[in-house]
Amino acid sequence: MESLINLCYIVASVLFIFGIKMLGNASTARRGNQLSSVGMLLAVAVTLLKGGLDYTWIIAGLLIGAAIGAVAARRVQMTGMPELVALFNGFGGLASLLVGWAEFARDNDFSDSPYPVFTGFAVVFAVLVGGITFTGSLIAYLKLSGKMSGSPTLFPAQKLINAVVLLILLAAGVVFVLTQASWALYLVIALSLALGVLGVIPIGGGDMPVVISFLNSFSGIAASAAGFVILNNVLIVAGCLVGASGIILTVIMCKAMNRTLANVLFGGFGATSGKAQEVEGEMKAITPEDAFYILEAAQSVIFVPGYGMAVAQAQHAVKELGEILEQNGAEVRFAIHPVAGRMPGHMNVLLAEADVAYEQLCEMDDVNPIMETVDVAIVIGANDVVNPAAAEDETSPIYGMPIINVHEAKTVFALKRGQGAGFSGLVNTLFFRENTRMIYGDAKATLTNLVAQFKE
Amino acid sequence: MELILLIFVFVMAAFLGFELIQKVPSQLHTPLMSGSNAISGITMVGALLATGNVDGGLGKWLGLLALILATINVVGGYLVTDRMLGMFRKKGK
Repeated sequence: MESLINLCYIVASVLFIFGIKMLGNASTARRGNQLSSVGMLLAVAVTLLKGGLDYTWIIAGLLIGAAIGAVAARRVQMTGMPELVALFNGFGGLASLLVGWAEFARDNDFSDSPYPVFTGFAVVFAVLVGGITFTGSLIAYLKLSGKMSGSPTLFPAQKLINAVVLLILLAAGVVFVLTQASWALYLVIALSLALGVLGVIPIGGGDMPVVISFLNSFSGIAASAAGFVILNNVLIVAGCLVGASGIILTVIMCKAMNRTLANVLFGGFGATSGKAQEVEGEMKAITPEDAFYILEAAQSVIFVPGYGMAVAQAQHAVKELGEILEQNGAEVRFAIHPVAGRMPGHMNVLLAEADVAYEQLCEMDDVNPIMETVDVAIVIGANDVVNPAAAEDETSPIYGMPIINVHEAKTVFALKRGQGAGFSGLVNTLFFRENTRMIYGDAKATLTNLVAQFKE
Repeated sequence: MELILLIFVFVMAAFLGFELIQKVPSQLHTPLMSGSNAISGITMVGALLATGNVDGGLGKWLGLLALILATINVVGGYLVTDRMLGMFRKKGK
């Protein structure tokens, strides 16, 4: 039976490998996800064949978990997707922490294990990584859902405090490995949870996608560590696959922002606390009626969507306006920045939901060279990704990040709810430029208004 | 399995994991993250074993909580990823 189980674990691992690989390509992605779910089903089913298990508790746990997971996944709106991924990730991390702890709690020692010292070390590792993943992901969830401010939370001696917490944690970990004292483990648990919070609160909301990808990798590592605790090979392998591929994905995401991972994770410690910089000029507003005249004459229009479009649920209105502009004789494109929205690819999903044709979606590098020929660039709730400060202002936290150069277009309309700063709390110098006009108000209402004017 | 073999397999899996993700278009970053997050719910196998332990006690309760959480992670993760990827289909690619 043991051999059958391990054989099936090998098959499951292979399915995970193919699953991850296929997820990296648009034409095979959906099948890849389905394949990997078959692998998971196999791993779970075959584990149940192991003798001596108490099935009532297991069935209860499976049913409750499946119900909650399915309902949450079904009901979430596309705009809420990023924070849900963060939450699920956190749950997985906590689960790994608990599995490591549970193994210790069986007998309060490792006399059962063939490698007591190593198992102790694996438990500490699973708890540490799982704990950080859990609370870190929770903070990410809070920031993404707006329940917590997106600005970095900084306080004096922060670096010192974090270092001290880490040191005490490591010391307790060593004590636990050598003595298997329960109090030492509890201290490690508590401090790991604390470290997750302390580590993520200084990171700005705009960087949450990278943080989540990083914590996603961590949750894989935690699962792998839990695997070493109970010497289960599928946990070790699958966890490691997720951990390794997660790190690569995180690095890819950082490159899209032209920043290093270290800068994202630790840059907050030295950043200015987002106070308003002195910007020359003023923001000039324009009414939708006046904007209509300019749009009517436009030959080439680019939409630049951001998270604000998602919040206003304006994607269908955008599509309508795009269609009308095309009927009017203009060439219409959508420029999607790699990190627009709360998660990469978020904008693509929202526009797909509104049935925008795939050919109209353009990458930043395709659109920037022709920006000077564009008559009107319409920025809808996008902020950092069109902020020229990223290219010009060396003191800006987003300096160096590649942006969509809408400021090079002949006219820019910025649709915004109000005059407030964006998600990351930065002043956007685009709004103060000569060729920029602000259209205040709810994006959906503004766009619908413009559509109506064309129809008159 | 011998510990040293498990470590060997771990190292191999790490290098494999590094190689699996090469050039991923940015539109797929989120589904890929969500999909691999679901896989990290493999912890549920460990939770199953902890919950199924007939001896009871704290370990069993921890295992049950872990099982519920990991199952949410797995089921929710796969469904959410599928929903996201379902949107890509519509583009007629």
